[in-house]
This record gives sequence, structure tokens and C-alpha cells, in this order.
Amino acid sequence: MDKSRGRTGRTTAGGAAAEIRTESGHRGLQFEEPLIFEQGAEGRGGVDLPPAPKVAERLGGVRRKGPIGLPGLSEPQVIRHYTRLSQKNYAIDSGVYPLGSCTMKHNPRLNEKMARLPGFADLHPLQPMQTVQGALELIDRLAHWLKTLTGMPAVALSPGAGAHGEFCGMVTIRAALAARGETRRRVLVPESAHGTNPATAAACGFEVDSIPADARGRVDLAAFKAKLGPDIAAIMLTNPNTCGLFESDIVKIAEEIHRIGAYFYCDGANFNAIVGRVRPADLGIDAMHINLHKTFSTPHGGGGPGSGPVVLSAALAPYAPLPYIVHGADGFRLVETKEGKAQPFGRLKTFHGQMGMFIRALTYMLSHGADCLRAASGDAVLNANYVLARLKDVMTPAFDGTCMHEALFDDGFLKDTGVSTLDFAKAMIDEGFHPMTMYFPLVVHGALLIEPTESESKDALDVFIASLRSLAARAKAGEAEFFHAAPRLTPRRRLDETRAARQPVLRWRPPAPASQAAE
Amino acid sequence: MRYLPHTEADRRAMLAAIGVSSIDALFRDVPPGARLAGPIDLSLHMGEIEVERAIGAMADKNRHAGQMASFLGAGAYRHHVPSAVDHLIQRGEFLTSYTPYQPEVAQGTLQYLFEFQTQIALITGMEVANASMYDGATSCVEAVMMANRVTRRKKAILAGGLHPHYREVVETYGRYGGFTVAAGNPDPNGKEDLAKLIDGETSCVVVQNPSVFGHVRDLSALAAATAKAGALLIVVVTEIVSLGLVTPPGAMGADIVACEGQSLGNALNYGGPYVGLLATREKFVRQMPGRLIGETVDVDGKRGWVLTLSTREQHIRREKATSNICTNSGLCALAFTIHLSLLGEAGFTGLAQLNHARAVQLADKLGAVKGASVVNDSFFNEFTLRLKRPAAAVVDCLVHKGVLGGVPGGRLWPDRPELADLLLVATTETNSEVDMDLFARALAEVL
Amino acid sequence: MAQVKYSKEHEWIRVEGDIGVVGISDYAQQQLGDVVYVELPAIGKKVTKGGEAAVVESVKAASEVYAPVAGEVVAVNDQLTANPALINSSPQGDGWFLKLKLANKGELGDLMDEAAYAKFVAGLS
Repeated sequence: MDKSRGRTGRTTAGGAAAEIRTESGHRGLQFEEPLIFEQGAEGRGGVDLPPAPKVAERLGGVRRKGPIGLPGLSEPQVIRHYTRLSQKNYAIDSGVYPLGSCTMKHNPRLNEKMARLPGFADLHPLQPMQTVQGALELIDRLAHWLKTLTGMPAVALSPGAGAHGEFCGMVTIRAALAARGETRRRVLVPESAHGTNPATAAACGFEVDSIPADARGRVDLAAFKAKLGPDIAAIMLTNPNTCGLFESDIVKIAEEIHRIGAYFYCDGANFNAIVGRVRPADLGIDAMHINLHKTFSTPHGGGGPGSGPVVLSAALAPYAPLPYIVHGADGFRLVETKEGKAQPFGRLKTFHGQMGMFIRALTYMLSHGADCLRAASGDAVLNANYVLARLKDVMTPAFDGTCMHEALFDDGFLKDTGVSTLDFAKAMIDEGFHPMTMYFPLVVHGALLIEPTESESKDALDVFIASLRSLAARAKAGEAEFFHAAPRLTPRRRLDETRAARQPVLRWRPPAPASQAAE
Repeated sequence: MRYLPHTEADRRAMLAAIGVSSIDALFRDVPPGARLAGPIDLSLHMGEIEVERAIGAMADKNRHAGQMASFLGAGAYRHHVPSAVDHLIQRGEFLTSYTPYQPEVAQGTLQYLFEFQTQIALITGMEVANASMYDGATSCVEAVMMANRVTRRKKAILAGGLHPHYREVVETYGRYGGFTVAAGNPDPNGKEDLAKLIDGETSCVVVQNPSVFGHVRDLSALAAATAKAGALLIVVVTEIVSLGLVTPPGAMGADIVACEGQSLGNALNYGGPYVGLLATREKFVRQMPGRLIGETVDVDGKRGWVLTLSTREQHIRREKATSNICTNSGLCALAFTIHLSLLGEAGFTGLAQLNHARAVQLADKLGAVKGASVVNDSFFNEFTLRLKRPAAAVVDCLVHKGVLGGVPGGRLWPDRPELADLLLVATTETNSEVDMDLFARALAEVL
Repeated sequence: MAQVKYSKEHEWIRVEGDIGVVGISDYAQQQLGDVVYVELPAIGKKVTKGGEAAVVESVKAASEVYAPVAGEVVAVNDQLTANPALINSSPQGDGWFLKLKLANKGELGDLMDEAAYAKFVAGLS
């Protein structure tokens, strides 16, 4: 039986609307939507192709036998299916999406239009160089902006996302150490770091040594110094850090790390807080990836694709991966193999990077210019501090003072209410907001990390703040049951994640024949 | 500035609420020497008209595939993408949402990824698939590292017919990630005995089908030899449309399948973003990298979907994670799944037949050109020509005749002069018979 | 009654002759939440005191189960693979993980008894 059909629309939500039973299972604009596999019919399709010319096959006898099992749907059915699915998603376009450390800022549509120009979208990655001069010029322009904004002399563009950029940066460091004849193995990573940092260090063959945070939410400088030694290859530090704070000792950290001959890797996930105002090169950074989908607003797309270029210091630049672009007498050229004095560490991706994201990011940069990139980072920090200031009397800020682009609270204000961080976040959904990042960073108990971004107007923030104040008051007033039952107004309510993990169902399978089902 | 909502009055009111005098004052933790007083030396903000002009000028300097008869493949293929695909993926609810960490407000993304996982499992003939990787090469190296974990061995054997960029990516990760890579020589005739290279240290054998030269092979015997040695067979597919016609890797005994999915739903985009596919056997799922969507129910008993088996991933396992990968290629996976939904069974197999038939026609036309011979006895929609002189120069000349005539061996294997006379030629449903005749004529003139 | 001892990592061990039955404490299962998966060692594996013996996972957490004393794995609780919920419902009964042939009974002296462990746990919250 099709589980999603023939159910009442009843939920346990209160109010008159919840009592209405619908035959279809739909509820007004909220549609139940079966899987495509439950809608297919043999002999139906959504694409009309010319018939294949009759030829003698040359498949070497390796021909598929039997059907694949793909469903057949017409174009209108496909359009409706995905339209209905889209309506079950929360998005930046629909409301405030204050997901800390993820930077859910507005995605300008001009960026989409530019990326779809056939002069870019319809270029094959292996076309002769003479036919792609404009594309190489665009990549070079993007590189110029990234280098100028960071003050760094080089950039590796091929990494496919932030974590891939981390891998690129850390391997560059390993290659540079190897060129010095050294095999340092330890990498210092703060406890507050994003999980990709230790995972990346381990993937590059390093051992992770974690350093604690101090009471101010920054790297504990004394603990850091105590860890220094000849076996340290690098420090991986996020700045501004995952608590939304600027590492005020960062220049000292850089000096110490360089003094022992190690390198400073900066996780640039939060570069959006300082872009146009602070150049990472001036802080002593050797390598930093930039998430184009955060700082430069290429769309998150439900979890990718990202793009993670890595800026590099002069010491690391020779080891940058293939391919890269050079400019010579006959124009731009993509270097795809080792040549000259360069000592590339290898290749990271099938081709030379996320071109579609490069176009979007450069479009964003040109739209903003140096002046409005600076204004944007200023407004991002302003918005986070406004939220912090307006909520600090009813919620509990994790640290004193102002913050950078995101405001971090702990669950102290929920103590003894019977309401957890998760419950609080789920109640926000019924208020029409996407929850903030929860339980990250790990160094703060029951963390709630709010990143409004520069895209939110004061009016939108005021409604958001009023909602959070109201929820905090209800939690303190003993309405725990209200929170435990949240969310009520969503297409699905809390889902059973334990069941999903204990008996994983990772794909649809055709229903068993009736004879078996009856047993 | 059109993207920034605050008026100066808003900013003043907000600063007053915070209790600071200026936005600059909020940056007081930045060491004074690192604070820039004014804008960096780059251009100032521009309206849409000016930006379109600047970006458009660069686009206009390119000669794109649609302006010529294009026969390029080697890991990226120009297919026709139905209009509905781009319309749907630009819906803001898909485009501007994040990773579905809050399942109650992300059922749309979760359901299409569950459908995507099912489609990938079906076309590859495997039991399960993940929610996608960056691209084909990264998917391939993740498959190798997964095999290393499953077998607790550390040596990968790569077929000579594996795309050289994939080989380079695997070698890069091996060099720094602590595993050994042994690669066969690229033989355009496709003759290699990988089974004899397998030893007790071997975790996996990686073979591409169709190979980079285009050969289609039955891998069953290799699968049996691999299994006998306690290693895993990884099958790489760079042209996913081939699976509409060619025996799927699962039916030949593959343990892991790593593919490039660009061909469905995604434009060439000068190399990215693309979408990596990864499928395997159910028993290996806990060693799989990347996001997985699973079915469950909500508190009202209604069917729904969630991210599951997350303890494999970096945000929980940190340095012990199966991979450092964090994102998938969500929007490209969406484009893929919509295109495949539109095609359906008949459309997908029909598309594959059309591609193969066109390639057979083209091979006959080009093989008849003096100075060119077809190397392959089998192929899907891509084959290798041997020319009487270096292919790179031929390709450059063809450009002037309105033809993007394939990928020269020298481009893919710059260090192997013996492959410089090879030309990899691909054709798809987008090439008309007129294009093919133009190509054959131009090639005859150039040679 | 058999002697039960506890480690600071929240494993328990019940000694029956030369054999120690190992599992995780009620406190540990509460902290983890619903257990969804366990990874058990191969029989015959030798483990050192404090070394990794098994892995236990909930939806949002994964942790190692350390051997409270050194020994050789002589049995594992296969029921946990199909029904990891036993760890939540009966952490010190049907939810046991493995049996160790003890290498050095003297190491038991380093562990806490029931009362000491209760005091230790009380000090954590």
C-alpha cells in the first residue's frame, strides 16, 4: 500500500484547522507527494527523442539485459512532482535562515543568469585554449579579486568545496615541508573547530592535537604555546572563529607558529565577516580556503555544489595543485602538467574547478565592488550584534562583549525548563523561521549559533527577535509540552531518526508481490 | 546597493541598541595594524547593466560548443538537457536552501535525494548509493579509500584505461593519505591483464567502462579474480548515459561503482560543477563516505526522510570520519534526477541507443578518411582514432573549419609522446548527420 | 554474586572465573541515547587495558568502548547487531558486549566498585 495516500490530514496540532479531514491527504497548499517510483507507468515519458538510426551494434556483446526499473512520467507530472517537493523546503527566498557558520545570505539572480551564458555554460573543459580565452580571463579576474581581498600572492582554484580546499591547503603544507626535507606530523586544531578540520588533517596523514578554548572563547594562548615543538607542522584555525569571535591573539599565534618553522592554515569559512576590512595576509596566514558559497553567495543548492579556492603565501605557492592558469604572449593558458620551477603536489579534481561558481562569485564581487563588500561585512556584523543585544536579557550569550558576524548563546536560559536547545529550535520552525545552528561549536553547552547575514532588514530581524523573546518567555513560563510537540505546522513533524539508523532504508524497492505481502 | 537593505537611519538605530558609536567599533578585536581604513583597491559597486556588460564581454570571447560541431568527450559530454530541468532547479526553495539538517522543513530536498539514490542504484545495478560527491574523479578516489577501509589493505591497482585525470587524483590522495597506487600503462588497444597484478596487499582494482579509449568490456572474470583475492572491484563510469545500453557494473560483479553524472541534467560548464555518483553493496554502507538519506516516519506515523548514518561523517566522527567531505553536489544531483525522471525507462534506454547509433555512424565516416583509423572494436558513444600526425595540431586546424574535433592524446597524456597521434572522439544526440559529415570532410582536408 | 567493576570510561566488567563480561554502564547508555549500531571485535582479538574493543553509535554520537582490563576476546554478543536497543533496555544484562579471557587479574584492582562508580558519576553532573 502507498503509505502516503489515503491518510487523514489530521495532526495533533490544536485549533480548528487541524480537525479538518481531507480525503486526498492534501491540506490546502500543503500537498502529499508520492515518490516518482509510485507514479510511473510503462510506455510514458517526458522527453521525445528522434529514433535511433538502424546500425549494427558495436558494444562488444556487453549489452544490458532486462529492464532497469525507472518510472515513466510525462513532463507535466514531473514539473508538478518537483514543484510540490520544492514547497516542502524552507529557503532563504522564503524567510530568515539564521544558520550559524553557514552564511545563508541572499543569492542574487544576476549570478544565475551570468553562469548560464552559453559562452561559459556550453564550453567543454578540454576545448583548445584558443577557443576559451574569455573563460580563462574570467578565472584570472576571479583570482585577482581573491588575491587582492586577502593580500595573498597566489590562489589554487580547483577545490570543489570548503573541505576539499582544506585538503588542498594542508597537502600544500605537507609538500612544502617535504621539500624542506621535513616530516612533521602534528597539527594543532582548536576544540571549537568544525569537524572537517580534524577530518582533513587526518586525511592528509597528520595527527590531530587539539587545543582548548579559554574563558573568552578564543584559543588558550598558554595551552597553545605549551604544545609547540619541532614536530608541529601547522595550526588550523578558523578566524573569525566558530564562536563568532575574532581571534584577537591571531598575530601572536602566527608569529609563534612561524618561529618553530610551522605553517598557519586558516579555515576561511567566516571570511564573510571581515572581507573588505581585513586582509588575512596581514594576520600572518599562509593558506586559507574561501567558501565561495558563503562569502561570495553562490547558492547552497540544498547542500552543494560548493567551491573552495585556497589562497597561498609565497612560501606555499610553488606547491599549488594542477591545473593553473598562466598568461603569456599568446594569451591565457591552462597548465596541466609539471613545468618550469613549479612543484605541483598533484591534481584534486577531474577538471580545473567549479567554473559555474567562479562566474557567480565574480558577478557578486563586481556587483558589490570593494566599497560594498566592505559595507556587506559591516552590515553582517551589525546584524549579529543587534540580535545579540536585543536577546541577551532573555537568552544567555556564551561570551561577554560584542561578536562578529554570528551571535552565540548557550542553553543556560533553558536550565530547569525541561526545554532543550533542540526543542527550542523546533518551536522556531512553527514561528516561520529556520532554526539557528544547534549544538555547534561543541565547546559551548547546548549551543545556539545565530548568523543573520547582511541580507536581513531591520524589520525582518525585529520580527525574528520578537519571536525568540516570546519563545524564551514561554519556556521559562513552564510550557515545556508546547516545545516538545513542536513543530506542528510543517509538512512532517519530528521524524524518527533512531528508526532510520537502526533499520536503514536507503532506497525505494518495488512492493513485494501480493502473494508474499499476504503472508 | 541593491542587495543591502539597511538605510543609514536603520544602521544608527541598530548601533544605538547595541551601544556602540559606529560599525568600525564592532571590529575592535582586530589588531589595529590589520584594520584597513578604507576600501581595497578594486573596482566599486556596479548595477546589473554594467556587470552584465563586463561578464558578457568575457563570455563573448569564447567559442562555445553550440557554435561549432562539437565532438569532445573524455569525461564531460554535451547532451541535450530538457527545458524543464533548469526551470525547476532555479526554484528558490531548491536553489537557496541548505543541507537538510532540519528534516521537518527540508522534506523536498530529502525526498528528491532519496529518489536520486534509488535511481543511481537501479542504473548501476547496485544495492545502495549515496547522495552524491563532488565529481567523477573525487568519487573514484573516495571509492578507493572506502575499499581500503573495507579490506584493511592499502594498495589500489588502476587500469591503464582509467581516465588519466582520475588516476592523477587517486595518486595525489595516495601520496598524502598513505596508500599505494599501481597503475597500468594506457594501451589504446585496451589489452591489459589486471588480474595478474593483484596480490595479497591489494585492496581494490579500479577499471573504467567504457574505458577512456572507449572500449566496452565484460568485467565478470576480473570481478571473480578480484573477489578471490579478497579485494574489491571498483568500476568507474564517466559517461552515465552508457548505462542505458551497456551491462551495468552491478551485474558484472562490481563492489563499488564511481561515476561522473554530468551527462544528465548538467551543462558542460567548462569543467564544473559536476556531480559524482557512488554506489555499493549494502554490507559496505557503513564504510561509505558522504551523505545518505533514509526513510522513516514522523511522530504522526507519516512517511518521511532524514539524513541518516551520520556517525560516519566528519561533523560527528571528526578525525575518524570515513571522509572529510561535507557537502554533496545537491543542485547538480537535482538536475540529474529531474532529467532522468523525464527520460524514464524508455527515454533513458532510447537516449543510449541513439548515442550509440550516432557513434557507429561517425566511426564509419571518420574511419573512411585517409590518414585516420578507428582503434576500437567496441565502444558506446566515444572511440579512439589514430591519425597519421599529432592530433593536437589537427584539432587546432579543425577549429578554423568550425569543428571541435575531439580530445587529442597529447592533452590527456602530455608525458606520453606515443599517444600523441590519438584522437578521442565522442558523439551524442546533439550531433546531427550534417555535423558528422562536416567533421569527416574537415578531417580529410586537414590530414 | 559475581564481582562487577567499573572504569572511568563507563565500561563495566563482571568477572566469572577467568572470564570477564564487558558492557557499558546505565549512565553511559543514557548519555548516548538510543543506540543504533555496534561494531564488535573479532573473536581471538587481543586487547590491552584501555584499548579500543568495540564501537557504539547513537544517532548523533559515536564512541569507542575500551577494554577495562587486558585480555583476549572469547565471545561477542551477536544479538546486539540485530537489536542494538538491548544496550538501552538492559545495559548490564542482555546488552553485554563481549567476553574477555583475562590476561592479568591484578588489573581489576585499578577499577571502581559499584559504590565508588556511583559516587564518580554523581560528581560528573
